[in-house]
This record gives sequence, C-alpha cells and structure tokens, in this order.
Amino acid sequence: MTKKQINVVIYAVLILLSLLFLFPVFLVLINAFKSKFYISADPFALPLGEYFVGFENFRRGLSSVGFFAAVGRSAVITVLSVLVIVLCAAMCAWFLVRVEGRFSRILYGAFVFSMVVPFPMIMYTATYIIDRVRLSSVLGMIPVYLGFGAGLSIFLYTAFIKTLPIELEEAAQIDGAGVIQTFFRVVFPLLSPTAITVAILNGMWVWNDYLLPYLVLGNRLKTIPVAIELAMQGAFGAVDLGGLMAMLILAILPILLFYLFAQRYVIEGIVSGAVKG
Amino acid sequence: MRCGTLKRFFPIFVLPTLLSFVLVFVVPFVMGIFLSFTEFSTVESATFVGLKNYLRAFARGDGFLRSLGFTSLLALCVVVAVNLVALGLALLLTKKIRATALFRGVFFLPNLIGGIVLGYIWNLLLGGILSYFGLDITYFASLGFLGLLLLSVWQLSGYMMVIYIAALTSIPKETEQAALVDGATPFQLLRFVKLPQIAPSIAVCVFLTLTNTFKMFDQNLALTQGAPARETEMLALHIFRTFYGRVGWQGVAQAKGVLFFIVVAALSGLQLYFSRERKEKI
Repeated sequence: MTKKQINVVIYAVLILLSLLFLFPVFLVLINAFKSKFYISADPFALPLGEYFVGFENFRRGLSSVGFFAAVGRSAVITVLSVLVIVLCAAMCAWFLVRVEGRFSRILYGAFVFSMVVPFPMIMYTATYIIDRVRLSSVLGMIPVYLGFGAGLSIFLYTAFIKTLPIELEEAAQIDGAGVIQTFFRVVFPLLSPTAITVAILNGMWVWNDYLLPYLVLGNRLKTIPVAIELAMQGAFGAVDLGGLMAMLILAILPILLFYLFAQRYVIEGIVSGAVKG
Repeated sequence: MRCGTLKRFFPIFVLPTLLSFVLVFVVPFVMGIFLSFTEFSTVESATFVGLKNYLRAFARGDGFLRSLGFTSLLALCVVVAVNLVALGLALLLTKKIRATALFRGVFFLPNLIGGIVLGYIWNLLLGGILSYFGLDITYFASLGFLGLLLLSVWQLSGYMMVIYIAALTSIPKETEQAALVDGATPFQLLRFVKLPQIAPSIAVCVFLTLTNTFKMFDQNLALTQGAPARETEMLALHIFRTFYGRVGWQGVAQAKGVLFFIVVAALSGLQLYFSRERKEKI
C-alpha cells in the first residue's frame, strides 16, 4: 500500500469511529422530537411523519416536572460555587505556600488526603452536618462545594505557586503594595492558567453532580441531574420518555456550547487535573 | 511576600476555605469512623457495638462481598478495554494526518456528560437494541455488566486518549527514525520503542480508570439500578442503599463506607508507589 492509501484507510477508520462515538447523543436528539409513544417502541426511527412532534416534548415534558427551575438552580449553584472556589482556594493555597511552618504542612496534607476519600464514606455524616448548620439551600451549596472542591483545587494551585519567583511579590511590597494588593494585582493574574483549570474541573463536577444535591437539597430544590433521575423514578404510571429526552438534551447543551468555544482549555484543563494527581 | 505580614491575614485568606473544609470533610470523616463502630438510626442515638458492623458487612447473604466482586471484575475489564481503545485512538491520531483536533474533540466529548445523563442515554440505546431480541438490560446481570462496560469505554477512552497522545508526541523523533533505519517493522516500533517510552502514562491511565470505575455511582443508578435482584449493584450504590434503604443498618453502611475508603486509598497509595518507583529508575 502506498502512503496515500494508508491515509485513506486511517481516515475511514477515524470517521467511522467518530460516528460511533456521536451516535448515542444523536439518538437522544432524534428521540427528543419524537412522540413519546414511539420512543421505546422504535428508538432508532427518525422523527418523521406521525412520529414528529416538534418541540412538544420540550414544552410539556419539562414544565410538568419543574425542569426550568432546576436549570436555573443548577446554573446559580455552578456559577457561584466555581467563582468562590477559584478565588478562595487560590488565596488559601498562596497563604499555605508562603507562610511556611507545621500548620501549613498539616493543612495542606489534609487537603490532599481528602482527595482519596470516596464520597460514600462521608455521605451520611456530611449530609447530617450540612443539615445541622442549615446549609441545605441553593446558596448554602456554595460553601459546601468549596469544602469538597478545596482538596483538588488547592493541590493544583500549590503546585503552580511553588514555581512562581517570590521576588515578584517582594518587589511589589517594596513598591508599597499591601498583602491584599499584592495578591490581587501580582499573584492572582499569574495564576490564571491554573485558575482556568480549576474553574473547568469544578464547573463540570458541580453541574453534573447528582448525589450531593440529592441528599442535601432533595426533591424540594431539584438540580438538573436530580430532576432527571426523579422524572424516571418518581413518576406514577408511565414514564414520559419524551420529556426525558428533552431534559437530557438540555442538560448536555450548555456543556456542548461551552466545549465548542473553549475546547482546547477544556481538554487541557480536565486532563492536567488528572496527570498531576 | 514576607511571612509575618501575611500571617495576620489568615482570617481573610484561609478561614473561609478552612471552615467549609472542616464542616463538610474533616468532621464528617472523623464522625464516620466513630459511627462505624456504633449502632444508630439517628446520629444522636449511637451506641457502641465494637466490630459488629464490620462482621455484619461480611456476613453471608448481605450482598457487600458480591458487590465488591462485581465492582472489581467490572473495573478489571474496564481498565483493559478503555486503555486498549484509548491507545489505539492515540496511535491513529499521532499519525501525520489532518483534522486530528476535530477527531480528538469528538472522542473526548462523552467525558463532559454527567453520569446520570450518560446512564439514560445508554439505557435508551441498549434498550432499543435488546428489544429486537425480546430482552431488557435488567433481564440478566451479564447484560448489565456489558452495558456498564460499554458505557465506561465510551466515557473514559477519550480522556485516556488525550494522555496517551501527549505521551506519544513527546517521544523524541530521533529514536523512532533510528529504529526505522535499523529496519524495524511497525509492530516492533510499537512494542520496543513506543510502548516502553510511554510506560509511565500507561500506569497513570490504568490507575485513573481503576479508581474511576471503583467509585462509579451515577451511571450505575441510571443504567441498571442494580437490577436484576441487586446483582449489578456496584459498591457506591450498595453503600447508599444500605444507608437509606434499610432501617437500623446505618452503622453497617458506615462500616462499609470505611472499608470502601480503605480499598480506594490502597489503590491510590499503590499508584503513588508505582509513579515514585518509575521516577527513581529514570
């Protein structure tokens, strides 16, 4: 085979695999526009003729389970938690690196340790504490996520801060900058590559998280994953598959749009969060 | 920044994070270990029972060991399948061809989708295929196993692929050329040049896949719900159901949680040990 022929084969294989990878999402997309009666009977048929119902699934299926409120809640929790984690973890990590001593070492160790503790080990007790200190609300989830997200975020920030020359901060001080100014004017801008990684990792996690909001907020304050699970579990009689397909599409869509515009950052961010670990 | 001056800013810089961390992690962790030695239906009513919970967790017919076995077997299969697929994709995408970024983006995509959503996507897909044979994913445990395996390959391969691509592209061009000049076949090139050079990445990916699969919960809940007869219940789901599905079993569930932690921590420790070992050799 000539080089050209080999390349044709490689392209063919890659295109075939790509279609295979995209197919499950495509399947949900076509079913979102199909009448709910034909989804389980004939999931692979295209939404044509009597199967096609336009946006009916999005209208009826979503309003019946309060899905739009769930989207709003998920958005508020994700955006605010990520902002708080990105900032607070950076400040904490900087302090722990620059103020050397036993306290900083122990605290850093505890943060790293928390990364290897699986959630089921603490799910009962954490839910109990969160309830006791009255953080079982949409805004209460922000400190909750800060606490759970601190380990990985501080770990990533610390590795990066250790590579920063301390002379920059000393120069800022000599020029008369205080601690706060030094952090926000000098240190934090330098941390931006890691801040992007921290934001993406935590953003994906919080947006997709199911178990924690289920335990803490429950059915009263549903987030998107909780609403989806509930629509499948709690329904009396027949499950509305049309509504489910619409929900799945709306759960994926924001991620997909974000991914389209920031693909490079997303991939690098997510993977660098793993390789360092 | 001088140490002394910064120290006074402890309440601003550290306290918010520390307080949240202590509330949702440190206290629950310590409490969890303590409660695993007690019997309780509410935290206030805990009475000390020694190792009874741990013995009950391992008792015959409880399902914890079956769940551990199911999880381990699945994790083993996922590790092999995901890494083979990921390595294959990475090898294809490091050839001198165009549009690699586009393909990379497509293969990575499933990673961004949350576990619950993933589970229902595959529920639809597999349900549709199986219905042609008059079957359902909850008919046999082996179908659920296969479903979880396929889902995991779809979800994790792209992620591991990116790590492998980074490793493969960092192999010096000279080594490859030298091997080609010496008349190496493509297989020899892979076996004796590429694979040894990316061995550290293989270790990282194997452990990442392993711990990821061990901790899987959402996908399990949405795809099989542990059916049939709790035979496809993985560890996280099993512990969840012991906590919230069986009155008076909270202590046993907490003990299972501690055991789960020990397994995951051991895997992480093993990973650390291996990556240090490799570094010392190099």
